[in-house]
Amino acid sequence: MTGRPGDGRDATGLRVQGLSVAFDGVSVLDGVDLDVAPGEVVVLLGPSGCGKSTLLRAVAGLESPTGGRVSWDGEDLTGVATHERGFGLVFQDHALFGHRDVAGNVEFGLRVAGMPADQRAQRVARALTMVGLDGFEGRRVDTLSGGEAQRVALARSLAAAPRLLMLDEPLGSLDRSLRERLTVELGVLLRRLGLAALHVTHDHDEAFALADRIAVLGDGRIDRIGTPEEVWADPGTVHAARCLGHENLVVLDDDGACPLGRLGTGPGTVLLRADRLSVGAVGEGVKAVVAATLRRSGQPVAHVLVGDLEVRVPVDESGRDLRAYDEIGLVVGDDAVVALADQRPTRGPLGPTRRTLPTRRNGPAPT
Amino acid sequence: MVPAAFLGVFFLYPVGSILVRGLGADGLNRLVELPGRSSFRSVAWFTLWQAVASTVLTVVVALPGAHLLARRRFRGRSLLRAAATVPFVLPTVVVGGAFLALFERLGLADGPLRLTRTAGAILAAHVFFNVAVVLRTVGTFWEGLDPRAVEQARVLGASPVQAFRWVTWPRLWPAVAAASSIVFLFCFTSFGVVLVLGGPTRATLETEVWRHAVFRGDLASATALAVVQLAAVVAMVVVTNRLQRRRAVAQRVVRRMPPPRASRRLLAGNLALLGVVLGLPIGVLVERSLTRGPAGGRGGGQWGDRWGGWTLDHYGALADRVNLLPVSALGALRNSLVFAVVAAGLAVVVGGLASVVVVHGRRAVARAFDLGMMLPLGASAVTVGFGMLIALDEPPLDFRSSRWLVPVAHALIGVPFVMRIVVPTLRGIDVRLREAAATLGATPARVRREIDLPIAARALSVGAGFSFAVSLGEFGATSFLPRHPDQLTAPLALFRLLSQPGHALRGQAMALAVVLMLATALSVLVIEGWGRRGTVRGDL
Repeated sequence: MTGRPGDGRDATGLRVQGLSVAFDGVSVLDGVDLDVAPGEVVVLLGPSGCGKSTLLRAVAGLESPTGGRVSWDGEDLTGVATHERGFGLVFQDHALFGHRDVAGNVEFGLRVAGMPADQRAQRVARALTMVGLDGFEGRRVDTLSGGEAQRVALARSLAAAPRLLMLDEPLGSLDRSLRERLTVELGVLLRRLGLAALHVTHDHDEAFALADRIAVLGDGRIDRIGTPEEVWADPGTVHAARCLGHENLVVLDDDGACPLGRLGTGPGTVLLRADRLSVGAVGEGVKAVVAATLRRSGQPVAHVLVGDLEVRVPVDESGRDLRAYDEIGLVVGDDAVVALADQRPTRGPLGPTRRTLPTRRNGPAPT
Repeated sequence: MVPAAFLGVFFLYPVGSILVRGLGADGLNRLVELPGRSSFRSVAWFTLWQAVASTVLTVVVALPGAHLLARRRFRGRSLLRAAATVPFVLPTVVVGGAFLALFERLGLADGPLRLTRTAGAILAAHVFFNVAVVLRTVGTFWEGLDPRAVEQARVLGASPVQAFRWVTWPRLWPAVAAASSIVFLFCFTSFGVVLVLGGPTRATLETEVWRHAVFRGDLASATALAVVQLAAVVAMVVVTNRLQRRRAVAQRVVRRMPPPRASRRLLAGNLALLGVVLGLPIGVLVERSLTRGPAGGRGGGQWGDRWGGWTLDHYGALADRVNLLPVSALGALRNSLVFAVVAAGLAVVVGGLASVVVVHGRRAVARAFDLGMMLPLGASAVTVGFGMLIALDEPPLDFRSSRWLVPVAHALIGVPFVMRIVVPTLRGIDVRLREAAATLGATPARVRREIDLPIAARALSVGAGFSFAVSLGEFGATSFLPRHPDQLTAPLALFRLLSQPGHALRGQAMALAVVLMLATALSVLVIEGWGRRGTVRGDL
């Protein structure tokens, strides 16, 4: 990025500095800093209620911040009205205009800008082609399926040619397979258009699929920001690690020890990167017992117990025969252990789990 | 600003004038003296007890129908619901005329079983009017109650009556109370019906105000009576609002199975009851307008049960001048239509603007508007008319000579109807639609034009339809306003025709009543049927 402070004409794109928003005195955003360069796709990742949508709305000018500033190419936009910012926003449940047909929705921004009707029709057709809805111009919006409605909402924002496109969990209300398909389409479209985009989601798979950079938001602050590879390898905090989909979070005792050995110098939480763990024969690595083997999207994942510590390990096809109570060796590869700053008390279903298998009574497990 | 000025000049100032005069030194003496007069006491007593009796009768007649509409499935259900609504929007004078016709037809106009000019006639007409109120409000609430509670009671061995008594009624009664309080208010402030059916011997506070002000020119007495009336109405509105709030709390939406089919007995019983109460007066009215009197002339002679043959002569006679009226009945109808169009237009503009203020204005301003604009709904039409009569007669606000004072008064009554439909619709618009429009570059003004206006348009047109119907049938306020020949409205003409003793002009009166009834009912049914299909919320 080439931005120089004070110079108003640099192509620095979006710059959010120290942005704070409070509702009725309760702080929702607390000093957020974030940049989105032209052509860059930044994904804001975080659980519901962490302030993601509020951040988008503040950038769009729909919420008035209690502090900080929003600027584009060095031009301060903090006091500028929503309609003069040139930022597009795709809402989660579409917010289509029910009293207009598809074309009437898509051309809205152009009509407001005063574009003549014949040019508008062209642009509408092009925008609908982009989202794969050729010929939908005359459809009533209440006859659209969820996926179609979301594409129309996207086309409506794209047709207005915004300098920044913001998407507020646009795929959140769709079923899984449709969501994945639209994620791919959206990624391709954003690359092709070279548009600066700020995309909000709570789905880490979606984030990794779309992002040039991922910003993990927690309790009104940016916990971690970086390329998908950077944040995956080093989430920085327990919260960010969870949001990014890490599951092997290990709580260390006062000596930095856990059933796997001494992984730290004192109390705290460390992350075991699943992609650096593997299952080996007994005698390799650390001794462990298989609790169960699950499949995730067809890929087998073994849940193994080291003492009372449960660890999830991806296994290759050769490991699919693993059964509960099988003994194995857990191989911990280089860089598998990542230290995390643990500012918050652990909570939620993804927290480090301690459990044991019930004692096996009668010989081997039934097959 | 426009709505505030409109309300101020044409409502607050006139009503204020009543209060100032009524509570000033002179007025206060009159007021203090009132309770001592036996005539006042009997009027006040009659006003009160006829309202109570009408309310009780209405609820008794309407509850079975509400049950039928809420809990049973049958062919023609929505038709019945719509048909039962019609009486509510009919002009009061038309209803009065219908009952006069009914009594004459049944031979109850004179003799030992005379109903004309009795309290019974007034009660019957009030039931006719207000059944729709109970059917709609209680029926809708009843439909929302979870039927599984009753089913549970039945499974536990309760008879249908016991189940109603112990399970349904405790949950239903807040809605019944709310509906009753509205009906009571309507009956308490009833004017046209009492004037037509009660004659000089059966007077309520409202008709007394009119008799003193218009008939006798005794403005001081009229003012004192109007103050009493106003105080009573305000007290009742407060109580009504309380009860309404309770009803809102109790309301719950339950998804459920389609209701069971109505048994033939239940259906037949209800239809017979509603048919007699609602259908008969209208039927006889129509019949009278289409039959020749026994003398064979245009409505001349005495009508008995003797058959004079079908004829359209009475309708033809509407175009004729009669010396009782300054213009022909047709001319009065034309006046009414013009006034109704103007009033509806005014009500839509004022009510629409006020609705925007209520929804988008600053909180204090919004609340003031919400309350202020609804006031004319609570105050009776007579108060509005009388206030205008005494307040707007001197410069700079001398509107006596203006022929537009009538539509202005009508619009004033129409504004609350417009707002009660438009405000909930505006509130119901998803905020994100406006936000989406803003992110697409629309200025706030543009957002209002592109998003709010198209969505509210349907609600506005429904409101216009109601204002139109209200104006067509408006009698109370109009009867106070200065009358120029070219200002005579159809309800006023009808009243004059009806109050003529004897039957010389009855046929023509009945024909006029039928035309007025059709015009009102059609404008409401068409507009409402159309509006309900859209995104219009809110009810009257």
